[in-house]
Amino acid sequence: MSKILFSEDHEYIRIENGVGTVGVTDFAQKALGDVVYVELPKIGATLTKGGQAGVVESVKSASELYSPVTGEVVEINAALSGDPALVNTDPLGQAWFFKVKIANENELTGLKDEAAYNDYIKGL
Amino acid sequence: MEAAQKNDAPLLKTTLWPIHTSMGGKMVPFAGYDMPVQYDGMGVLKEHVHTRTAAGLFDVSHMGQAILTGNDADPAIALETIVPGDIVGLEPGKMRYTVLLNDDGGIIDDLMVTRWDARTLLVVVNAACKEKDFAFIQEKIGRRTKLQYLGDRALLALQGPKAEQAASIFFPDVLGMKFMESVKTSYKGHEIFLSRSGYTGEDGFEISVPNAFAVEFTNELLQEPEVKLIGLGARDSLRLEAGLCLYGHDIDDHSTPIDANLKWVIPKRRREQGGFPGYEKIKKQLDGSTFILRVGIKPEGRAPIREKTELFIGDKKVGVITSGGFGPTVDGPVAMGYVNSDVAKAGTKMNAMLRGVARPCEVVTLPFVKNNYKKD
Repeated sequence: MSKILFSEDHEYIRIENGVGTVGVTDFAQKALGDVVYVELPKIGATLTKGGQAGVVESVKSASELYSPVTGEVVEINAALSGDPALVNTDPLGQAWFFKVKIANENELTGLKDEAAYNDYIKGL
Repeated sequence: MEAAQKNDAPLLKTTLWPIHTSMGGKMVPFAGYDMPVQYDGMGVLKEHVHTRTAAGLFDVSHMGQAILTGNDADPAIALETIVPGDIVGLEPGKMRYTVLLNDDGGIIDDLMVTRWDARTLLVVVNAACKEKDFAFIQEKIGRRTKLQYLGDRALLALQGPKAEQAASIFFPDVLGMKFMESVKTSYKGHEIFLSRSGYTGEDGFEISVPNAFAVEFTNELLQEPEVKLIGLGARDSLRLEAGLCLYGHDIDDHSTPIDANLKWVIPKRRREQGGFPGYEKIKKQLDGSTFILRVGIKPEGRAPIREKTELFIGDKKVGVITSGGFGPTVDGPVAMGYVNSDVAKAGTKMNAMLRGVARPCEVVTLPFVKNNYKKD
């Protein structure tokens, strides 16, 4: 069973068997506008919680993508390079950015569940 | 256009503000106004493509419209002392792009000047510059001319290959008009200033409408199926693909028209006779002593290269990007910037340093997308 958590930077992480699939939320894609380019981390790279993991470029601006957890990148979504607009059309599905092997499960406690995230964005 | 924003002042609203908000405009501060950057259900990409294929309607009422009359002579004679263009020779019903210059030949603003008659010009300046411009005009030529600010008028731009079709429903006059021509006309008893001009590289019109009639008129235009509202986001990507300058970014009071690759704004008579601010410096530049030049920059690959990104050949810094983003019609990144004049030739390869990585780019001839003006 997977579970999904959210960061205050509007990344989500879907967790299954110690591996997190990371992308940006629907709220984030709406704020970004039309996405035209994504820069992904390299497979094997070590990410740190809150550290930069990539870049999302929309027609309007460049935004940094932060990793919600510390860990090693085990897979990246090559489909996004060819079709970055997936971030707008299916942010929580086909438009995942990378998969990370979670180094420290304790870091997950600082993230929000879906209800808490929805409350959080209502206040923005 | 110019994005500078003072943080303390409350935002102004154009007459069309209620239409923007009711049509799902995502409102942002721009040049002191609360303006739509894009609209719900469309977005920058779709709005851009719509303008290139049908007709986009832009609210540009934040820009400064004013009438310049001569006290006892053609106001163009006085205006030519602060701009390098041929204004005296401008025929009634024609308009011209020109620049206000400071004493160093730097560009105070770019503007459109239209001649109505031997004593009357219409000027349209950038929103963020209008106070500064009007004060400058008053200071320099206020004794010989009278400047009347048209705060009671909205300004719409209708742009794209179907703009003529849509405009002709309201103004049969448009069918005989060419690029950079202007008429005073009327619709439903309201006086309209109509010109065949714009800021997208497409055929189109700029339509000055009394505020009291602006909402009704805009709603009528929006009844036409080919006409959709377009926000500032697409306005920027359209003008960038068309190679047009954005004041405060691609040109400012440190760049001369020669630096900015706008030497075509200075015709032969003015190059020879001078009589405008900064003439000595500009004359030297025309004779060959330029150091930097505005050029088109095409980044390889898909990553947009944005304003302030530095350009290098080897380890040597050779320039900087002043406007850059994604060009939806080009379907890739597009940019412009200033480079040293010895590396300004189209085809010159250089690198943009983007987030610490060298990204290959090439100097290209502007525009990125062929202009579609109605020239004959």
